[in-house]
Order: sequence, then C-alpha cells, then structure tokens
Amino acid sequence: MKVTLKVWRQKDQKAPGGFQIYQSPELNPNMSFLEMLDVVNEDLAGRGEDPIAFDHDCREGICGTCSLVIDGKPHGPHQGVATCQTYMRSFRNGVEIVIEPFRARPFPIIKDLVCDRKSFDRIQQAGGFISVRTGSTPDANSILIPKENSDLAMDAAQCIGCGACVAACKNASAMLFVSAKVSHFGLLPQGQPERHRRVTAMVQQMDEEGFGACTVTGSCEAVCPKSISLDFIARMNRDFAVALLKGGPKKPSSGGAG
Amino acid sequence: MNLLRQLWRSSLGKKYAMALTGVALFGFVVGHLLGNLQVFGAPELINSYAHFLKSKPGLLWGARLGLLSCVALHIVAAVQLTLLNRSARPIGYAGGSAYGSAWKSRYMALSGSVILAFVIYHLLHFTAMQPGINGVGDFNKLKTTLAGEPVADVYAMMILGFQVPWVSLVYLIAQTLLFLHLSHGLSSLFQSLGFRNHVWWPRITAASQIVSVVVFIGYASIPVAVLAGLGRDHAQKAKAALSSQPLESPESSIAGVAKEALK
Repeated sequence: MKVTLKVWRQKDQKAPGGFQIYQSPELNPNMSFLEMLDVVNEDLAGRGEDPIAFDHDCREGICGTCSLVIDGKPHGPHQGVATCQTYMRSFRNGVEIVIEPFRARPFPIIKDLVCDRKSFDRIQQAGGFISVRTGSTPDANSILIPKENSDLAMDAAQCIGCGACVAACKNASAMLFVSAKVSHFGLLPQGQPERHRRVTAMVQQMDEEGFGACTVTGSCEAVCPKSISLDFIARMNRDFAVALLKGGPKKPSSGGAG
Repeated sequence: MNLLRQLWRSSLGKKYAMALTGVALFGFVVGHLLGNLQVFGAPELINSYAHFLKSKPGLLWGARLGLLSCVALHIVAAVQLTLLNRSARPIGYAGGSAYGSAWKSRYMALSGSVILAFVIYHLLHFTAMQPGINGVGDFNKLKTTLAGEPVADVYAMMILGFQVPWVSLVYLIAQTLLFLHLSHGLSSLFQSLGFRNHVWWPRITAASQIVSVVVFIGYASIPVAVLAGLGRDHAQKAKAALSSQPLESPESSIAGVAKEALK
C-alpha cells in the first residue's frame, strides 16, 4: 500500500512552520504508524532531504513518548491506543493522512512533530510523589486497601503522561493528566499525608504553565490511550476544594506526649 | 479573604464560581418559569402575583441585586476562563479539532452571549417597558383593579406582547439557546464541583437533559399558546385601552371590565 502524508514541518521553535506533502514508498499494511514514518524518512534521507522529526521510544504503548495528531485525533484513529500501536492497515490505500504535532502553548514545538512536554514534568515535580520512603514491597494484607480504591488507583496510575488529553482538548487543558496523577496517590494510604499539599501544588503549577480550564467537553477521555475517565477530574476538583477549605498544615503545638 | 483570593486565582476556583452562580441562576430560571406559568390561569392570578412582588420592594430589590451579582460573577469568570483557554492554543489544527467532544459544550460562550443579549432585551421589554421595542405600544397604560386597587395588567401585557410574531420568535430562539446552555451546564456543574462518579454521572446527565427539556417546554409554551389564541378576548379589550388616552373613566377601559369580572 501507499499513502500521501501532509506533515507539519518546522525547523525549530522560532521558525514558522508549514505543511509539506510527501508520497510514501511501498508500505506493508502491518507496519506500525511509526515504522511507516521510519520508511518515509529513509526515503527522504536517500534523496538528501531532512527527515521528519518525531518522538518515539518504547513503541509498545507504555512510555508515553510518541505523540502526533493524525487526521485531527491525537494517537490516530483508534480508541485506547497510542500512535506506536496504530497500524497502517487502519488506513485505506492511497489516502491522504494529515500529521500534526500536539499543539498547546505549554507544549512548544522543538522541531517538526516533536514538542517539549517538560511542563508535565514540572507539574509532577510540584507534588506528584511521596516524600517519605514507604519501604519495599510489603507483605500481602499488611496494609489493607479496599478493592475499589486499589482498582481506581491503578486506573489512574495507567496514565503514561503522553499529553494527548491536552492535544485534544479545545482549551488545551491538562486536567485529565493532573487529575490522574493526583488521584493515583490520593486513593492509596501511602498518599494520604501529603494529599492536600499535593493537589494544591500540582493545580497551581498546572495554572502557571498556562494550560486552559476544563469545560467538560469529553475530548480528553475520548483520545486517552489509557482510557482514563473524566471521573478523576471531578475527584481532583473535590480534593482541591477540600484542601483549600482545610488550609495548610497546622503548626505543631508545643509540649504534648513524647 | 485569603481563601477567596486563592480560589479566584486558580482555574479550578473560577470553575467553582461558574458552577455556584450557575446554580443560583438556574434557581431563578425555575422560579421565574413557575411565576410565568400563572398566565395559563385567570388574569387575576398573575396580576395579583405581580402586584405581590411589586409590593415588597425590599424583597424584590434584594433578589434583583443578588441575581445581578451572580450574573456579573458568572460573566467575569467566563470571560477570563475563555481568554485563558484561547491563549492556551495559539496555533490551531488543520485536520479538525476537539475530537470526541459533545457539540453543545463547544458553544457555551456563544449560547451564553445570546442569552445575555436576550435578558437585556427582556428587561427592556417587560420590566422597563420601553414602548419602542415591543411592537405594540406603551405597556404602562395597561391597568386593571384588584380588590379595588389599581394595579398593572401584567396578563394583558404578556398576551399583547407575545401576539407580535417577531417578539415571540426572539423569545423562542433565546429559549432554544437557554436549553443548549442548560443541557451542558447543568451536568457540568456537578463535574466542576466534584460531585460525580461512574455510577452517578449517567444519572446526572440524564436528569440534566430532562430538566432542560422541561424548562424549554415550560417557557416556550407561553408565546406559542398566545400565538395560538390564549387570552385573545382579554387582549382585544386591553388594546382599546392602549389606543385611548390616559385612563380617566374606568368604564371605558380594561379596568372596568376586570372590575365587572371580579364582582
């Protein structure tokens, strides 16, 4: 099979970008989308042209490095799948495919289809962790966690931080990512001591990065390669309100036991 | 104060403000609808209700100022959030965008703006009673008597007002947009305030849809019923009062007719 690619090319962050059209060489329909780009790049390099820059790493859907908005949908035509696990058999022979980078002010484009997602790292660094070492794998049932909570926490922990939620949202809002990271710890006992500090710090960092606000359009949920639910956004909204109402940690009173 | 400042500075806090003022404004929408539906009763029913509201200026102005501050807060938060959202994506997509979003959710700013314009028209139409914009005449001249007291004939004003087809059309368009705004906003406010889980979300969205439809039918029924002939006889008599000069003799006007009816 062969396809036509309409690809966003941009030399660097400052240079203005634009679309260019490329004809692919003969492709195997069982190639992944990224393998197709590899083949196109090999062809471009052979002709002495600058290959198309794109992000990729594990290519098995767990690292969150691949991006791309394919025909208007982040991570291509399927639900619950990242670009790296999208295959050329999902496209018709001879079709034109529009490939764009993830677009948001907090995700500046570095080159072509590669954008800088360090804003997500800074949000994580603001509170997406547990400060105190919780020990290695505990014995089973030494810390009791309700099944529903552990299931939900694992759903949230599926987030690979790819940024598709931001790319899809009409407001470029990062609420789904931040709420998944907040809920992941907020649902487990080890995350409780810092629960309120975490949500306020992460939301504050999210706002500082310049992401938009949530208008409950549902785009993020629809494109998330890990099918993370909007429910987590509601959970974060609730946690943030409770955290603000309760205020910061109280100063320890003098004296007392011990 | 510190807490409020912290709330207002965060995008989540502004969404809380949108949601809470939305609840208050929805409360008004329901209350106003119940008041208006009295037009389906005898003229005295809605006239005495209107007179009751007018006779409690403290209550009336308290409610008006409360609503006005809710409207102001709702609009200021909406404008600031919209500007934030626009600035978060300086370059848009060529291959289509907002995949998987509910279409009503994409037009909240538009539907909200039209509703605001309508509210201003509605206030000029029936509250300030500007004769130039109603296509009928001076509504201030419509008077009737209740228990011997001269009061405004709100019933006649509504009937005459909605007998003008373009006025009814404006109201119906505005109600359609209110329906769109509510059918997304009512469920979303639960999300913004954090009252949602996977069990309750389908119930919340379904209930919001039903309530929005009921509100739409309720409001739309009034102009439609008037165009279909509701209160036509009453309006005929009231129209005579509009064309005549200031009411001197009660017998020549609707006031006299109403007096007869009350006896």
